[in-house]
Amino acid sequence: MFEVLEHREKLQTKILTGNEASAYAAMNAKVRFVAGYPITPATSVIETISKLIDEGKMKARFVAVESEHSAMSACVGASYAGLRTFTATSSHGLAYMHEMLHFAVNARTPVVMAVANRAIGPGWNIWSDLSDSLSQRDTGWLQFYCSDIQEIYDTIAMAYRIAEQVMLPVMVCYDGFVLSHSTKPIEVTPLDGFIEERDAEGIDFDNPTTFGNISPPESYFSLRKAIHKAVEGSLDVIGCIEQEFLEYSNRYTPMLCEGYFLDDAEKVMVSMGAVASEARVAVDLLRDEGEKWGLLKVKSFKPLPKKIIKAMLSGKEVFVIDRSLSPGTGGILHHEMSSILGDVNSAILGLGGVDVTAEAIVGSLKRLRGFT
Amino acid sequence: MITAKLLPGTAACQGCPSTMCLRTVLEALDKAVLVVPASCTSVYMGAYPHSAINIPVFNCTFASAASTATGIKGALEFKGIDAEVVVWAGDGGTYDIGLQALSGAAERNEDILYICYNNEIYSNTGIQRSGATPYGAWTNTTVSGKREHRKDVAEILITHDVPYVATASAGYLRDLYSKVRKARKIKGFRYIEILAPCPPGWRFPMDRTVEVGRLAVETGMWILYEHIHGEFRFTGLSRSIVEGKRKLRDLRDYLRIQGRFSNLSDEEIDEIEKFTQKKWEKLKKLHHELSHS
Repeated sequence: MFEVLEHREKLQTKILTGNEASAYAAMNAKVRFVAGYPITPATSVIETISKLIDEGKMKARFVAVESEHSAMSACVGASYAGLRTFTATSSHGLAYMHEMLHFAVNARTPVVMAVANRAIGPGWNIWSDLSDSLSQRDTGWLQFYCSDIQEIYDTIAMAYRIAEQVMLPVMVCYDGFVLSHSTKPIEVTPLDGFIEERDAEGIDFDNPTTFGNISPPESYFSLRKAIHKAVEGSLDVIGCIEQEFLEYSNRYTPMLCEGYFLDDAEKVMVSMGAVASEARVAVDLLRDEGEKWGLLKVKSFKPLPKKIIKAMLSGKEVFVIDRSLSPGTGGILHHEMSSILGDVNSAILGLGGVDVTAEAIVGSLKRLRGFT
Repeated sequence: MITAKLLPGTAACQGCPSTMCLRTVLEALDKAVLVVPASCTSVYMGAYPHSAINIPVFNCTFASAASTATGIKGALEFKGIDAEVVVWAGDGGTYDIGLQALSGAAERNEDILYICYNNEIYSNTGIQRSGATPYGAWTNTTVSGKREHRKDVAEILITHDVPYVATASAGYLRDLYSKVRKARKIKGFRYIEILAPCPPGWRFPMDRTVEVGRLAVETGMWILYEHIHGEFRFTGLSRSIVEGKRKLRDLRDYLRIQGRFSNLSDEEIDEIEKFTQKKWEKLKKLHHELSHS
């Protein structure tokens, strides 16, 4: 027993929840400032970090602020002053941050945040639903959706490299409870050599500047244009860093999108987050029945790798499975995919944490296609 | 080399109390960064790429001044940089929308200096009532006069037990200067609130800002004090009044000079007088309790 544990320790494998994986990633990514406010199901990210700092394992300043609005404000302030920052939230906490999410983008502060996705009330619902972060689509944050716990760790590690290269904030999203509270043995790869200390000058007291004063129409327009170009340009950066992480860790963690049995597939499910993991099983079930199905998992929702998606899905019948709803529009991922591929099939499953099993996915797709 | 910290050519109204108070505050500071939420100051400092403030400035959102300052101070401390983080906010950003973040930062005893320039209105959006607007005052959202008395954030912060709370007035810049100098030497959360008479908002001629700022204190409508590590003391003219060395002027002298009070009835003036009296008694009691405990 003891030997097994020791062996695991050498391999840096730990059995962690998704939220703990977030915290360990932030620690190993040399985060130096964390502002946090508890909200279910993201609470244990902040709890774990405060414990790691308290135990002296993580060298960072932790501030238990009085609201999520203040958590994001403090992160923006600390990031502006040159530190690498982190926070985590969910649902109403994310909605409460909305103003500061925009602010972080226009301030070009590379804040990274974990979002344990959860439905928004009323009625109170603490279970998984991606509508909270997807409704922040137009803030300019880059958004990655993870499908398992290892991916959470790896994605946060890569998120810092991306954020600091393109100078945009990044959300790393994962389904509340399904991923935030379930456990799995994961490789807690040390990140020395992959991420160095953040090297930002911060505030220059000798050559003072004024940040964020009145911005006349023309200068504001160019600021926004530059942000748009930075989001678009981040696609290449993400691809490079994904490759670098593969070489560094010997582990391939897709950051843009990932296909499963796409080559010969006639029909393709498109999904994100934990549902995409279940959809993989659904593909197996349907293949067992002789149906040529495949899966496209979208990892990077913002920026959406439109050209890659178009190339991967051309000539195939597409079924988008959403765990989100924009009332009056439908599934949010479906809406985005329609803008790339034209009208495609849509299924909305699992809102408010309704369990999405492979069988449920298969049943839903069969109904969509008029199967009995 | 330009050494002035507030440069000439701000876009402030003539007679603006904020500019002269800010100049005084900046001169009292050495190495500092200013955090400014949405306010008149965020406008009059000038438009990008220019600025009238010659120290590092971070403009933040209305509700986030104290929390943004928390982040900036946290980063500077972590990097071992010794510099003051100073919030410069109006009463809107302090009394109302920013109160939550202010209270949070005070409770955590963040090492920041928070200065509220209180002109008793939302002046930047064109003169609307705030939580600091006094009873009876006209604003664009209290056209027949405000029906509620003002709240008192300095008192709220005293109950937070922060190391330093002080009041000041645009009428007494030397007093303001010395309070900022004193606050600088104290570690932890420090709060200074300046009564800032606003000519267009209060409707008085722009060359009388200092006079109105003095009248407020002379008539007892604004009380100068300090609360240092739990010790309360009246300061300046307010101290002379309490010690009986100086008589209070009739508060009508203060009300009469301002167009915003022009429609007050005698009953309303009595109501203001009663409120002011109560405030004095409360602070005297605080002075007594804290000095004899």
